Amino acid sequence: MRMTRRRALLGAAMSLTLLAAGCGSSDDGTDSTPAKTTVSDADVEAALQAGGNLTVWAWEPTLTKVVADFQIKYPKVKVNLIKNGSGNDQYTALQNAIKAGTGVPDVAQIEYYALSQFALSKAVTDLNTFGAKSLDGTFTPGPWSSVHAGDKIYGLPMDSGPMALFYNKEVFDKYGIAIPKTWEDYAAAAAKLHQANPKAWITSDSGDAGFTTSMIWQAGGRPYKVDGTTVSINFADPGTQKWTGLWQGLIDKKLLAPIPGWSDAWYKGLGDGTIASLVIGAWMPPNLESGVKAASGKWRVAPMPQWAAGEKVTSENGGSSLAVTEASQNKTLAYGFMKYATVAEGAQSRTDEGAFPATTAQINADAFKNKEFPYLGGQKANEVLAEAAANVAPGWSYLPFQVFANSVYNDSVGKAYTGGGTLQDGLKGWQDASTKYGQEQGFTIQ
Amino acid sequence: MVAAPTIRPAARRRPRPAAVRIRGRKSWTLTVLTTVMLIYTMLPLAWLVISATKTQDGLLSSFGLWFDGDFALLDNIGRVFTYQDGIYLRWLGNTVFYVVIGAGGATLLSALAGYGLAKFEFRGRRAVFAVILGAVAVPPTALAVPTFLLFAKAGITDTVWAVIIPSLMIPFSLYLMWVFARDAVPDEILESARVDGAGEFRIFFNLAVPLLSPGLVTALLFNIVVTWNNLFLPLIMLKDRQLYPITLGIYTWNQQAQTVGGDVVFNLVITGSLLAIVPLIAAFLLLQRYWQSGLAVGSVKQ
Repeated sequence: MRMTRRRALLGAAMSLTLLAAGCGSSDDGTDSTPAKTTVSDADVEAALQAGGNLTVWAWEPTLTKVVADFQIKYPKVKVNLIKNGSGNDQYTALQNAIKAGTGVPDVAQIEYYALSQFALSKAVTDLNTFGAKSLDGTFTPGPWSSVHAGDKIYGLPMDSGPMALFYNKEVFDKYGIAIPKTWEDYAAAAAKLHQANPKAWITSDSGDAGFTTSMIWQAGGRPYKVDGTTVSINFADPGTQKWTGLWQGLIDKKLLAPIPGWSDAWYKGLGDGTIASLVIGAWMPPNLESGVKAASGKWRVAPMPQWAAGEKVTSENGGSSLAVTEASQNKTLAYGFMKYATVAEGAQSRTDEGAFPATTAQINADAFKNKEFPYLGGQKANEVLAEAAANVAPGWSYLPFQVFANSVYNDSVGKAYTGGGTLQDGLKGWQDASTKYGQEQGFTIQ
Repeated sequence: MVAAPTIRPAARRRPRPAAVRIRGRKSWTLTVLTTVMLIYTMLPLAWLVISATKTQDGLLSSFGLWFDGDFALLDNIGRVFTYQDGIYLRWLGNTVFYVVIGAGGATLLSALAGYGLAKFEFRGRRAVFAVILGAVAVPPTALAVPTFLLFAKAGITDTVWAVIIPSLMIPFSLYLMWVFARDAVPDEILESARVDGAGEFRIFFNLAVPLLSPGLVTALLFNIVVTWNNLFLPLIMLKDRQLYPITLGIYTWNQQAQTVGGDVVFNLVITGSLLAIVPLIAAFLLLQRYWQSGLAVGSVKQ
């Protein structure tokens, strides 16, 4: 799922391989008619019974159990689950394999932000062939729309990351900070906390493309508009400016801890109260439990702060889908496995293992909502998180070359965090870099 | 490794420039500089050793350069070898395998080629040499993706060959051997051996190799380090965790901290890294004097 810190080394390799992915895309993007259903559910079931070999590239830890259970139910299917590094590492490997034309897996885990890139380069197949349309309503709206490109469906949602506010209650109580309901409250809390304890910050952010786009999403900004190969990028819209206005204030007053996410320092900060809150996807609890054991009982979850009091708007942060590759020799079987993993038994098993589900059945189940999290002081956190999932703002799309765009985010926007210009300037730079790259790849940028 | 001015075996037979001898003992600038270098290189190592004694929680809650309350080194070592069904040992074995075949083969190949280039006149020698010099300048990282595409065509990605074959070509090692062979193997010996009727391979293995041995050890050490630390190539080539070298394995453990639902095991990453460099340090300490003598080759004109 998300946010691997960028590695310059990999960036170099990515840019090489992306060219191949992008070039192939320019001629087919205008074709937006979804494939007709030619494979019925009965065909899928028959393929599962007939068996065969499947190679699955996925780093999601809960899939290990799913694969084991799946092979018990369908003993003739042999699944080779390969953990191929998360995020960018896997995309690099996948694009290399596609370009080489050998060693391409049947099923790949692809994060929502990256899916359209693989869709447009025809690396992954349109699931309408298998009647995926009939799964309407099976998934929560955020992830379900994330796997769509027009009417085409390129993946089945595996998990979901509706955003919420995770906060360290001990720190909040100690400094008399109330749970911020609006972003205005949040900024005030940031100032109050840092003034009371100069070694504590409301949150950390040193520049993270995924976080930025999710925040703009919630604020109502829709900087990317994608129609086939025609793309527009505009970070000057009011929604984006709402977010940059707030965040620039926090940066200027040095109210954000300059700690990169997912680093050891970040885990340390989450444990010792240096980082008092996180606005992040609903998949966070297992990471706190595993990475910050020392802070057990201190953290709680609250709804994401709002732009106007009384609103209930959230956005998605991270989350990934499973997709069938175009190169797969046994797409029907691959789809059968995906359906098992994301809709059928797999969805329940993964939820039980701590993943945040993308399926309405699991998210609305009483057992799920009433689950008490000992780590979160016994809080029934899923009530908050399920509500967040229901309130994801519609209409967001990522660029068909978002993987590249995110990899150059820090070159422009990152500077704003270290005092080089403003966020708005940085976003303009990011927009220009993305536009230039898109044009080089044959996209029409408006 | 600090290059203290010791007596180098290979340098003994040539007259030493007077300046070096005079400065030898008491140079304050040199002492200060080497001390700074020593601290600079030892500090991360000290951090690694100290951190390897901490638990995952201790790592995050204590000062980096001093010990934490509980001493968890043995526990960490135990867990490194048992975590994920003890795959660490498998990775360590893989690395040793890649190093023996890859670095060993690379050293042999570069000795043969370097000797050939240094001691035989043939057409195109300058061109070959230019290509080698050029290859030294190309970072292996830049070649990784093209190599992957090539190997995919040959159907050997995700096999041990995908790691070993590129490891066999280390241009710098070849260059080193060429320079060394040029200076360390006198033409007169080769000529007299030929007059006595020795075959070329016999001359190489019986006469040249003993003369080349300090250079061979230098090249071997260099190749061992390069192969032992190889990360990017296996990252691109290998999918099967059972084939991973230790670098890539530890990297995937570290990545778990950046994965949703992943098991955060910084303590195992650190202890695993410490264990992984022990063989390298041992190799250096054992072969140190050859390493130094090898480095000096070519620096002095005879």
